[in-house]
Amino acid sequence: MSGVRVLVGTRKGAFVLTSDGKRQRWDVSGPHFAGWEIYHLKGSPVDPNRLYASQTSGWFGQVIQRSNDGGKTWDAPGGGVTISPGGMPAGESNKFVYDTSPGTGKPLTTHQWYDGTQHPWEFKRVWHLEPSLTDPDTVYAGVEDAALFRTTDGGRTWQELAGLRGHGSGPRWQPGAGGMCLHTILLDPSHPERIFIAVSAAGAFRTDDAGKTWRPINRGLHSEYIPDPNAEVGHCVHRIAMHRSRPSVLFMQKHWDVVRSDDAGESWQEVSGNLPTDFGFPIDVHAHEPETIYVVPIKSDSEHYPPEGKLRVYRSRTGGHEWEALTKGLPQSDCYVNVLRDAMAVDSLDSCGVYFGTTGGQVYASADSGDTWAPIVRDLPAVLSVEVQTVP
Amino acid sequence: MIRVALPQHLRTLAQVDGEVQLQVDGPVTQRSVLDALEARYPVLRGTIRDHVTQQRRPFLRFFACEQDLSHEPPDALLPEAVAMGNEPFLVVGAIAGG
Repeated sequence: MSGVRVLVGTRKGAFVLTSDGKRQRWDVSGPHFAGWEIYHLKGSPVDPNRLYASQTSGWFGQVIQRSNDGGKTWDAPGGGVTISPGGMPAGESNKFVYDTSPGTGKPLTTHQWYDGTQHPWEFKRVWHLEPSLTDPDTVYAGVEDAALFRTTDGGRTWQELAGLRGHGSGPRWQPGAGGMCLHTILLDPSHPERIFIAVSAAGAFRTDDAGKTWRPINRGLHSEYIPDPNAEVGHCVHRIAMHRSRPSVLFMQKHWDVVRSDDAGESWQEVSGNLPTDFGFPIDVHAHEPETIYVVPIKSDSEHYPPEGKLRVYRSRTGGHEWEALTKGLPQSDCYVNVLRDAMAVDSLDSCGVYFGTTGGQVYASADSGDTWAPIVRDLPAVLSVEVQTVP
Repeated sequence: MIRVALPQHLRTLAQVDGEVQLQVDGPVTQRSVLDALEARYPVLRGTIRDHVTQQRRPFLRFFACEQDLSHEPPDALLPEAVAMGNEPFLVVGAIAGG
């Protein structure tokens, strides 16, 4: 019987939760990298035992970790003593350096700072790692300050795909409350050179040439407080999801509203329907039903906890507009946690499993598409990310 | 040999126990000690000094012989007791709580 492996990144380490296909009994492994913030872990679709993790710290900066055995052991690729042809140590797996102009050697652009002035790009951390659909050594990294990097040597070295920052709107990007992060990377399984990304608070962008050139795809997004209703950038996108069978259909949880696109981001329509709030962070799509989507409504703009103290996942089986609250097994009183943008995932077992983690340290699982829920663990550090793998 | 004491998280990252002992050729300075440290443990690159600017990360401090050397120029000579291996060069994570 197939099983699942849930990869959980928290404020104080990583945890690996495993179960068989019933998803009732769980083995908890961790904390890995105890004391470090683990923004994200994710496995390679073509080699599920190859995992990558973003390990970061305000004191010590960024480290990339890699596992070749499903998370039992880890190493920093390039972190061992390796010698370059010049005789110098070559390990630099935690090195993310923004591309610079060949002419000036200076960064390609500046971005807008909180006071409206221009500010240089400053690397802070890796928010999201997206392994290639075809090559276990190729991984994309979304970083703060917002940029997209790629490794093709299993995480030893990273190079920026600088066309994103260089496409022209960079000076108008500005940080959201959580920083100016590139948090979403979607690889199109039917168009190998098409990638969707999202930046807070700039918006969504798409490349059709493997990252050389990019353009904003924000038409139809409406954001309060942005005077221009057709603003090309400046939108606070929280998360985008797609079903791999229909990669031109995108679902977005934005700071305001849930929206969908049926044309690969060329245009967006609001599908918030009867959701109790217009705010939330994660959004995901059922593994076998491309029109079934999940969100966790959160009260905004400053409270950032579930409305009425009731933790509810909302499911739409109609691709939006009509939503039902999923509450069975979730706390329905006095619950004031948040669910962050990378903290929801679905497995691909026949009965689709849905998972999410909270800032209160709970990881909830549903083995029946969201009808019923149970906590896998209740007392982890604040959960930053949840991914799930279906393993043999 | 130069003795370097790392904070716990960096000892874990470099997979070392206790102090690190390094051979440093030439003048013993912050820069030469950290260069030797990073050459031996490349995983520490970027965790103490910025990859590009080589500046000390904001929440780390350097101490030796009961002196705060954090703001000393990187090419200033470290105390002789450090150069002689009698005292360790301390990399300390700042207490940034509150």
